[in-house]
Amino acid sequence: MSDTLRESVEGPVTDAVFEIRDLRIHFPTMNGDVQAVRGVDLSVHKGEMLAVVGESGSGKSVTFLGVMGLLPPSTVITGSAKLGETELIGASSKTVRRVRGHKIAMIFQDPLSALNPVQRIGPQIVEMIRSHDPMSKAAAESKSVELLDLVGIPQPSARAKQYPHEFSGGMRQRVMIAMAIANDPEVLIADEPTTALDVTVQAQILEVIQRIQHELHTAVVLITHDLGVVARVADQVQVMYAGRSAERADVMTLFKDPTHPYTVGLLKSLPRSGQERLTPIIGTPPNMLRPPSGCAFRPRCEFATDVCAVDLPELRPFHNSQTACIRVEEIDLEPVL
Amino acid sequence: MTDLSEFEAAVSSPHVPNDELDSDEVNALIESVSPSRLALRRFMRHRVAMASLVVFTLIAIWIILAPITARYGEIEILAPFNGKRGLNSPGAKAWFGTDQLNRDLYSRIIWGGRVSMFIGLTVALFASVIGTLVGAVAGYRGGIIDDMLMRTTDLFLAFPTLVLLLVIRNLFDQLTWLNWLVGDLKSIRFIIVLLVALSWMSVARIVRGTVLSLKEREFVEASVALGSSAPRIVVRHLIPNAIGPIIVALTTSVVAAIVAESTLAFFGFGIDPVYKTSWGGLLGDSKGQVLTGKWWLLVFPGAVFVITIMCINFIGDALRDAFDPKQGQARR
Amino acid sequence: MIRFILRRLLWAIPTLLIVTFLVFVAIRVGTDPVASYLRINSRASPAKIQQYKEANGLIGTIPEQYVRWLWKFVRFDWGVSIKGRVPVWPSIKAALSNTFILGAFASVIGITVGLGIGILASLKQYSKFDSLSSASAFIGLSIPPYISAVLLQLVFSYYVTKWFDLSKPFLPPSGVYPPGHGDNFDLFLRFKHLILPGTVVAIQTIAVYSRYMRASLLEVKNSDYLRTARAKGISETRVIVRHALRNALIPIVTVAAIDVGAIIGGLIITERIFEYKGMGDFFLTAFENGDFPQLMPWMVLVVISLILFNLLADVAYAFLDPRIRL
Repeated sequence: MSDTLRESVEGPVTDAVFEIRDLRIHFPTMNGDVQAVRGVDLSVHKGEMLAVVGESGSGKSVTFLGVMGLLPPSTVITGSAKLGETELIGASSKTVRRVRGHKIAMIFQDPLSALNPVQRIGPQIVEMIRSHDPMSKAAAESKSVELLDLVGIPQPSARAKQYPHEFSGGMRQRVMIAMAIANDPEVLIADEPTTALDVTVQAQILEVIQRIQHELHTAVVLITHDLGVVARVADQVQVMYAGRSAERADVMTLFKDPTHPYTVGLLKSLPRSGQERLTPIIGTPPNMLRPPSGCAFRPRCEFATDVCAVDLPELRPFHNSQTACIRVEEIDLEPVL
Repeated sequence: MTDLSEFEAAVSSPHVPNDELDSDEVNALIESVSPSRLALRRFMRHRVAMASLVVFTLIAIWIILAPITARYGEIEILAPFNGKRGLNSPGAKAWFGTDQLNRDLYSRIIWGGRVSMFIGLTVALFASVIGTLVGAVAGYRGGIIDDMLMRTTDLFLAFPTLVLLLVIRNLFDQLTWLNWLVGDLKSIRFIIVLLVALSWMSVARIVRGTVLSLKEREFVEASVALGSSAPRIVVRHLIPNAIGPIIVALTTSVVAAIVAESTLAFFGFGIDPVYKTSWGGLLGDSKGQVLTGKWWLLVFPGAVFVITIMCINFIGDALRDAFDPKQGQARR
Repeated sequence: MIRFILRRLLWAIPTLLIVTFLVFVAIRVGTDPVASYLRINSRASPAKIQQYKEANGLIGTIPEQYVRWLWKFVRFDWGVSIKGRVPVWPSIKAALSNTFILGAFASVIGITVGLGIGILASLKQYSKFDSLSSASAFIGLSIPPYISAVLLQLVFSYYVTKWFDLSKPFLPPSGVYPPGHGDNFDLFLRFKHLILPGTVVAIQTIAVYSRYMRASLLEVKNSDYLRTARAKGISETRVIVRHALRNALIPIVTVAAIDVGAIIGGLIITERIFEYKGMGDFFLTAFENGDFPQLMPWMVLVVISLILFNLLADVAYAFLDPRIRL
């Protein structure tokens, strides 16, 4: 955990391996632009696990799909996403292609549908290796077996010759991880990697991801809506709401001393022992075709006043966190845990 | 393709109160397209169906009002004109020209349309009723009835349609105990019975499939639990809920019946051409004449025929979309 | 796999027996062979009729007749036609090879072009090309083959010939070879006679397959594993060819196998209009003459082809999709 301490809350440090600045993603539709991401800043360091938390439609997945160049061509993406020295936004598709799968890799939610059903596991990993590293086929094959072994798949050389449908859900997700880390990426993005899995399997998968983080010093971005998972594995947490960052803190601070009403709402809605009913956040998330002015959480916030409607709130330091709530000094956020 | 309606749902309310949907939503957005194209396509889709409906209605009125719209009788032979006793090219006296016997093609298309359309609609109606009942019972009861339905229809649907039509045509003609039903070999009734005998099958299979999936639904199970009788469940719950696919199957059957009748007529296996004609019969008349340049015999009935078929197809397609927006796009 | 194929082939035998029996009954009842005989030999003496009945196994109950027919059939004793007393096998063999050539010609062109259009349309979904190909496919499917056939004859055999003042039709409207040519193989003439009927069949095939391919590829394009493939950083061409097409073609191959199996009995309309001496024309002529000895072998061959190509479709499916176990 010592790595996490390096990230101070005073401001972004410059040695981040992956850094997103003012990222905006719009989807043009018949009814107008859907503003899925509206100016997100984010950074992650070597060997660190950053959890990006938010509800559906908060823009957390879209942010990273956009960075990876996996959104449709009609999407409008502006801002900056730097992987080391390489700028990804606005880069040629060739540049982006050379980076993705190589320096930045991604794992998806549903491991069954994410693997090509008619190709054996081995060749799928070999394809990943050889598209970025001109090694011989035999070398790539033996490397793919090593990778399967690394993610904890028993009898890896036999399993490499099998098809995805011959694997269980957890094993398939391990295969996805093996494939993602095949080229030893600097950043691994895991988009809800455990959502589609059984609870018991979830823990194993998280453990594999954590091991990669620690052993290979990979920077991991864990996209999730599950605060339980966050508490267990993340170092840093970034809370997203309506396409913007609401709060950023290290995991201990976030749970102990949340500095945004939305974070408090999320924490309150967690099931706890001794509590009979869950406390949901009242209201529904905004329509991203016409998001409200100012703070997007305003319509659901018990502390909201007219000032909240004026400006888009930016992240700013407060206590040990960075928060986007402009009234955080004036309001009394009760501790949840 | 992620469907338009799903797409719109995702866009207008991107926040489904279910966390799992995040990826789906992204998928919906991934398939997003330039907005003008999308609008154009939707507009086109509806506009084409609407236009088809208008054209089809006009053709129907034109045909139904035959005694007013037709200039001559159905088998009326015109006195020789332009020095010819047949095959006059289009002109003031015969707008679409005349056939070998100097009968006015324009009027014959109208009269023939009555026959074609009557056969198409009647066959589709009977086929839908029979197919719905058989399909619903087979789907609901399962077991031997279902197996028999599936095996028999497998067999029939695999065979070339024209071969089946011809073989069964002869069979019906020879089976004297069927005479009360089928009537004379070259009568309209015979053709209708023949086409119904084959076309109920595809309806039955569609209804069976729908009923099979409906059967598992809660409201049917609830009804079973409440002790409703099987016929009551089939008639009150299953058939009304399968009405969308049935209507779509009905439009498909109309086209299939019109085309099948015209195919038979084209090759001279249709109704007796001495007294009546159908579009297929008119097209059949063109067969030997085009090589001597009698283009009107093919072009006019062919155009009316194809336009009618296309209109019904477009209407059917729009209905399919309306009833089953999830599949409409991918399937067609 | 081999066990599956053998089992299916074994099952094909009872299927064939049942189907041929049903067909036998239908044709035997539907077309009275004696009446057909008398239509052609109207002054046949009772002795001649008796002889004809015996030669064609028309004595006894229908099941008895079926068994007798079957016994002769499996010994390859297929007899002679009623009209013209032509041996059945050589004429059906010639028809088969003609249909095979027309079917192969039209299917290869139709399926290739159809798949090409479908692939382009789905890769450029909502483009002008997509709309145009969709509309064309719709029109193509709404024009019955006999209308397009006669229209092609009108344009290419009559009008083009007239406009350019040619002595012979620009494209022949009928036949496998020009009248009087005989059966000597001549590639150019053969090809020339294939163009019009081939076009009629190909139009339908293109329309159907472009729709299939478009739908299938669109579904795959939307799949998660295609996103994974893109996330690997491989080229878009490789994503489409190695991942998308490989998956999208599985259902198409299955459908194509079944369609090809239906060809030998499915080109009746086209073959008749172009007087192309294939299986379809053979059937229609035999049917019009009530020529029982020709009809039955035709039916059997059609059914065998349907069964075999259905089996082929299943095998191909299992071969292409590892999730299917036979």
